[in-house]
Amino acid sequence: MTTEQVVSPKTYLLVFAALLGLLLLTVAVAFIDLGLFNIVVALGIATAKALLIALYFMHLRYGDRLMWVVAAGGAFWLGILLTLTMSDYLTRGWIPIPGK
Amino acid sequence: MNGVGTAADERSTVSQRSSVLEHHFRDLEQQRGASTLGMWIFLATEVMFFGVLFLGYTAYRVVYHESFAEGSHHLKLLLGSINTVVLLSSSLTMALAVHAAQLGRSKALVSFLLMTMLLGVAFLGIKALEYYYEYEERLVPGLNFAYSGSNAGHVELFFILYFFMTGLHAFHLTVGIGLVAVIAFLAWRGRYTAEYHTPVELTGLYWHFVDVIWVFLFPLLYLIDRYR
Amino acid sequence: MATTILAPREHYLNESYGIKSWLFTTDHKRIALLYLVSITTMFFVGGIFALLIRLELLTPPGDLVQAETYNKLFSMHGITMVWFFLIPSIPTVLGNFLIPMMIVAKDLAFPRLNLTSWYLFDLSALFLLWTILNGGVDTGWTFYTPYSSIFSNTNVMTAVLAILINGFSSILTGMNFIVTIHRMRAPGMTWFRLPLFVWTHYATSLILVLATPVLALTLTLVGIERVFRIGLFDPALGGDPLLFQHLFWFYSHPAVYIMILPAMGVVSELVTCFSRQEIYGYKFVAFASLGIAFYSFLVWGHHMFVAGQSAYAAMIFSFLSYFVAIPSAVKVFNWTATLYKGSVSYQTPMLYALGFIGLFVIGGLTGLFVAALGVDVHVTDTYFVIAHFHYIMVGGSVMGYLGGLHYWWPKISGRLYPEGWAKLSALIVFLGFNLTFFPQFILGYLGMPRRYYAYPEEFQVLNVLSSAGASILGVGYILPLVYLIWSMRYGRAAGPNPWPATGLEWQMPSPPPRDNFAITPVVTEPPYQYPRMKSQDGETITAEEQPA
Repeated sequence: MTTEQVVSPKTYLLVFAALLGLLLLTVAVAFIDLGLFNIVVALGIATAKALLIALYFMHLRYGDRLMWVVAAGGAFWLGILLTLTMSDYLTRGWIPIPGK
Repeated sequence: MNGVGTAADERSTVSQRSSVLEHHFRDLEQQRGASTLGMWIFLATEVMFFGVLFLGYTAYRVVYHESFAEGSHHLKLLLGSINTVVLLSSSLTMALAVHAAQLGRSKALVSFLLMTMLLGVAFLGIKALEYYYEYEERLVPGLNFAYSGSNAGHVELFFILYFFMTGLHAFHLTVGIGLVAVIAFLAWRGRYTAEYHTPVELTGLYWHFVDVIWVFLFPLLYLIDRYR
Repeated sequence: MATTILAPREHYLNESYGIKSWLFTTDHKRIALLYLVSITTMFFVGGIFALLIRLELLTPPGDLVQAETYNKLFSMHGITMVWFFLIPSIPTVLGNFLIPMMIVAKDLAFPRLNLTSWYLFDLSALFLLWTILNGGVDTGWTFYTPYSSIFSNTNVMTAVLAILINGFSSILTGMNFIVTIHRMRAPGMTWFRLPLFVWTHYATSLILVLATPVLALTLTLVGIERVFRIGLFDPALGGDPLLFQHLFWFYSHPAVYIMILPAMGVVSELVTCFSRQEIYGYKFVAFASLGIAFYSFLVWGHHMFVAGQSAYAAMIFSFLSYFVAIPSAVKVFNWTATLYKGSVSYQTPMLYALGFIGLFVIGGLTGLFVAALGVDVHVTDTYFVIAHFHYIMVGGSVMGYLGGLHYWWPKISGRLYPEGWAKLSALIVFLGFNLTFFPQFILGYLGMPRRYYAYPEEFQVLNVLSSAGASILGVGYILPLVYLIWSMRYGRAAGPNPWPATGLEWQMPSPPPRDNFAITPVVTEPPYQYPRMKSQDGETITAEEQPA
């Protein structure tokens, strides 16, 4: 276990500014037609914001490695749920047999 | 077999034990480490909990893309964006509250916690306003959903997900506001010091998590194909 | 030396008296006993449903109960056994009792949360009882939509509430165990000095916290769809019933590993003690436990091969499902290797452990049958599948539970159970079990569907054998209930270490004191140092020298 890290308010304000900037960006990009990439960019920006909050506001950057593992683990497990289920939805109708 | 020793016993003589230290822990550091790990694991369970709706959203958005875009365009983008700013700001004030606690500044701690609460309530207010508009436009499944068009069912699925996801989020936010209120009260009574303020940290973790959920909800619900 | 009058020894059972000292306890050992009462009750509730099922199936026509009632019987049997016995039993009774001792701690990380878990469990059991009294549910324990969400006329809502609350109880227990094992180990108790019992409970807890939340919200959605008619799974809106199945099985497949991993932990303890050997390949067994926990999340689609998922998804899940057998097989090889050239004795716990290994192998191998996509199309939803999972859950988990209960009974109660009766019960259980479930493999392969209350004439002989076996099995379960309770009053007093076993829980009196260790031991050795364990006169303790 590490002793508590005191993060300066300046860091917090910088992170907050970055978060607002990313918000602006994500709304702006939504009005541009990038086809398939719209969702990629949107999720990418959301992930970036989430990382900023987790690393700085939630002190993951300064903390125990174990918390990292727990946070990453949760995200990874959600990934398993999404990926393997979508392996069904995305491949339906690939075989010319009804219902497959 | 195993040696007999008195490894950790010296540290916990009665006179040295803090009143907030529970009897089964060796010291405050172990207690704090346990609580923090416990909160992070709880947050991981919440990720999986919300994940159910994220999966439903992903599956249906892929197969009913047009209808989901249509549904998304009915949402009030401006209000949603303002709400995002509100919630991000509340995370900032929450972080500053924890910072104040770390430095033992009780007055600042209480102020930042109250600001966090206020911003949280503002979020709920704006959300309620959005819900009201959606009610007016007859977009609430189970209540008054009426949509013309052959894809009405699919659009209704979008709105079911919209209300479930934002509703579950709002519920978590409400719980968070309650927690912050309790912590603010205890802070005002002088319960937290630079040495001990673990509940403030844990509440902060929970609050930021609720913010992170919204960070994903906002683009997924409000920003589908806005260029149309 | 002046003589002193010795006061009776104080331990966790007698250190305070009165109902409040039990209902408001935070002592993990007392909470374990509270759970023991709750889950034993639920085991027999689930058993009554099984009895009625087997009674109906004595004859080909449906003549004992109506079809709708039969649907309720198998549904309630499944729900009760899965959530109210198999998932909680070993972790909440044995895990709660032993884990703090095994890691040299005074209690779990969150004792009040532990008590809360028990209260939530009881609350969920009350909801279940309410459901039963109101006529149960007929959806199967699987709650498939849209039947459960729209068309069933039974008590889906209360059943869902029961499972929801039960789920929260599980999640809290899992959280408690993970934090305890990470943060409460005493100095010297490194990860690789932990007993394998702790490793498997850690792995189980990982599954508990990651999978159960998915079930919680999924069932909530079913409940909301029923009550508010807002349907995420409603086909009329374009909703997909398979979405429910993906979500349900994402939890329920890992859930079966929640049911087996703790029993595997028990077996590791028993096999080492009763062959007087160190476990063969400690790290392999430890990592295999984690491997099972992780891998269990990748195979759920094998429950949906004929449900309508895409052929490609089915192939992926089938392919992945073969590999989930590997870590389990590793454990079986290691247990067998531990037995090899050991000094084996056949006390009751060992009988259960050996039974476990054999029956788990059969259950596991038949798992490969059903993992094969082509074979599964033939045997899915037949008695083959039922036999497969009962071999693992009853032949595996329940026997692991009974073995562990007997092994640690002296520690928990301070009494020895009657070994003769116990051995007899173990044999009755083994025989009854095989007679009940082996015919079901044949029945399933011949085509008898599951969840049917009537069947063709030619299946009757096998069904009668199965029902006969079930009644024998029932006797085998009732006997321990009787003699274990008897032993609490009349059993011989147990010393600290009757087997004798290595392991820190055996280094303290039976029953243990409130705070476990009077003086905190410093751990310097790995577990299972049996070959080096010496008796009074300096000789290694062999099987022959163990107390009968």
